[in-house]
Amino acid sequence: MSKTLFDKIWDAHVVSSVENGPTQLYIDRHFCHEVTSPQAFNGLRARGLKVFRPELTTMTADHNTPTIDQDQPVKDPVSRNQLDQFAKNAAEFNMPIFYPLGHEKNGVVHIIGPENGFTQPGMTIVCGDSHTSTHGAFGTIAFGIGTSEVEMVLATQCILQSRPKTMRITYNGKLGEGVMAKDLALYTIAKLTTGGATGYFVEYAGEAIRNMTMEERMTVCNLSIEMGARGGMIAPDETTFSYVKGREFAPKGEEWDRKLAYWQTLQSDEGAVFDKELVFDAADIQPMITYGTNPGMGMGVRESIPTLESVDEAGRISFKKSLDYMGFQAGEQLLGKPIDYVFLGSCTNGRIEDFRVFANYIKGKKKADTVTAWLVPGSWGVEKQIREEGLLDILTEAGFKLRQPGCSACLAMNDDKVPAGKYAVSTSNRNFEGRQGPGARTILAGPLVAAAAAITGRITDPREQTN
Amino acid sequence: MNKFEKLTSTVVPLPIENVDTDQIIPARFLKATNKEGFGDNLFADWRYEKDGSPKKDFVLNNPAFSGSILVAGKNFGSGSSREHAAWAIDGYGFKVVVSSFFADIFRNNSLNNGVLPVVVSPEFLAEIFNAVNADPSVTLTVDLEAQTITNNSNGTTENFDINPYKKECLLKGMDDIDYLLSKKDLVLQYEANRTL
Ligand code: SF4
Repeated sequence: MSKTLFDKIWDAHVVSSVENGPTQLYIDRHFCHEVTSPQAFNGLRARGLKVFRPELTTMTADHNTPTIDQDQPVKDPVSRNQLDQFAKNAAEFNMPIFYPLGHEKNGVVHIIGPENGFTQPGMTIVCGDSHTSTHGAFGTIAFGIGTSEVEMVLATQCILQSRPKTMRITYNGKLGEGVMAKDLALYTIAKLTTGGATGYFVEYAGEAIRNMTMEERMTVCNLSIEMGARGGMIAPDETTFSYVKGREFAPKGEEWDRKLAYWQTLQSDEGAVFDKELVFDAADIQPMITYGTNPGMGMGVRESIPTLESVDEAGRISFKKSLDYMGFQAGEQLLGKPIDYVFLGSCTNGRIEDFRVFANYIKGKKKADTVTAWLVPGSWGVEKQIREEGLLDILTEAGFKLRQPGCSACLAMNDDKVPAGKYAVSTSNRNFEGRQGPGARTILAGPLVAAAAAITGRITDPREQTN
Repeated sequence: MNKFEKLTSTVVPLPIENVDTDQIIPARFLKATNKEGFGDNLFADWRYEKDGSPKKDFVLNNPAFSGSILVAGKNFGSGSSREHAAWAIDGYGFKVVVSSFFADIFRNNSLNNGVLPVVVSPEFLAEIFNAVNADPSVTLTVDLEAQTITNNSNGTTENFDINPYKKECLLKGMDDIDYLLSKKDLVLQYEANRTL
């Protein structure tokens, strides 16, 4: 029988099925960070359990870490305590893969995973973070879990999951000039709404996806959760294999050949049936921005916010509340609006290609004086590359500074908080009320729109040449 | 985990759609290393002024509304996977959350903490909001065994879905970890048989 990519990977990981209930699924790789794991380790202690397969968990500190002076003790005592507890848990439970603050491999969990070859096609991957869907770019089943489930994985290397429905989204044709993976994702969420894919696992397909680099595919899969999907995935191909090959934790020699032969079978069979299929035309996608307080409230950078009348009645209270929070009017165009902050970073757009795009745009220009820009590499690996490729010089020349790796303003648990009422053009993934600091107003966009805003101090269409 | 069987209670109405986990518990409160105390910061940014005093217009600060059932607009719990959201709801004293739609991870997280998410039709939801607005002493009855929810102001009842395994867990107060630990031998077998 024809199988989808999802079916193939899922079926290969079923340990058992609970009668009338969920599936006991084996997990190949578990990523773990300091914020959603302490209570799970406490749970193990309370039950007197060990970690069952410590070598299958990768631990990195990222959510709660400062992005300056990382060599100094962390100032906030509560954050410091959480980081200390993380280290204590790693030591006490003999966790062999632990990248604390300052470690050369430290960085945002979904960036260091692929970077070091932990993420490989065909795997099941979980992490106590909803953007675990990022790893689906390699043809994996990867999704975010809660802390109880973190405890289950640590204790048994399994979790209980009910099988989601499958959806395929196909993008025909090519993306236009100046239109990026982030735009494709924001466009899709705007079409589907934030709950539009709830209960589904999404496979992205079509020419526009096949043409993408691995980093672009990661951006697309990263945002799957923002339309409610359990996760998103892309069938692995030569682009995937050549990205994985040679990385530290990637298979080597004879094992590589064996795995590669298997990975090459990982695509949806001809005639495989999805519960839902959607098709978009890549040429319809414009550079995107969001205007509201959920990622589904997005539009082309030149378009206008919907009018109140065009919103269905049940949703009007929320729509109005959202625009009030943002300080925008229904029906208004945002092009040319002044902004205060720009954030380049996060597991959505904190990889080297994002920095290349940003640097390439701002090269020879000057940062607007009115803009505070936070450029935060996703990992020390990315940071190193920024230096080696000479991007740091370009950024410095234009008046930008580089910060140290971490989640930073993506969720503003550290000091990188946008002040109340200020506008931030942000390459991260969530524009929820207060996400980037109490009262902060977030406009989500790709690295190119962010670069243009950093130069002009306004919402700008990056396809217009500015000097 | 606490058992859940049947509950009749007044409700706290929150007729807002897409309430995300950053609203339920903002990220800056996630620095704790245990599960206690999150209830105090449930909906913190809607609930408190900057100086920590209660915001008058927020429902949790309105003495007219109380009870252990939270009723919220469509797509409750979207966003981050933080289980802290479920701990905050539970810690505040809610045992049931009613909405016409829940985000996946939140639903799982609340079930893992003995909080029952009940999905009702948009019409039933609208009726609850109307009834409670007219009279805050209106109660709902949620019966897990029968899988029914009743609006006691007019006696209308709806059935709700729940996975039979999850239902069993809640009725018995048993959690997934207990179950998985009992299946360790199957995991060893799976690992031994694996070719890839
Ligand atoms: S960058 Fe943001 S979304 Fe990504 S792991 Fe960190 S907090 Fe989560």
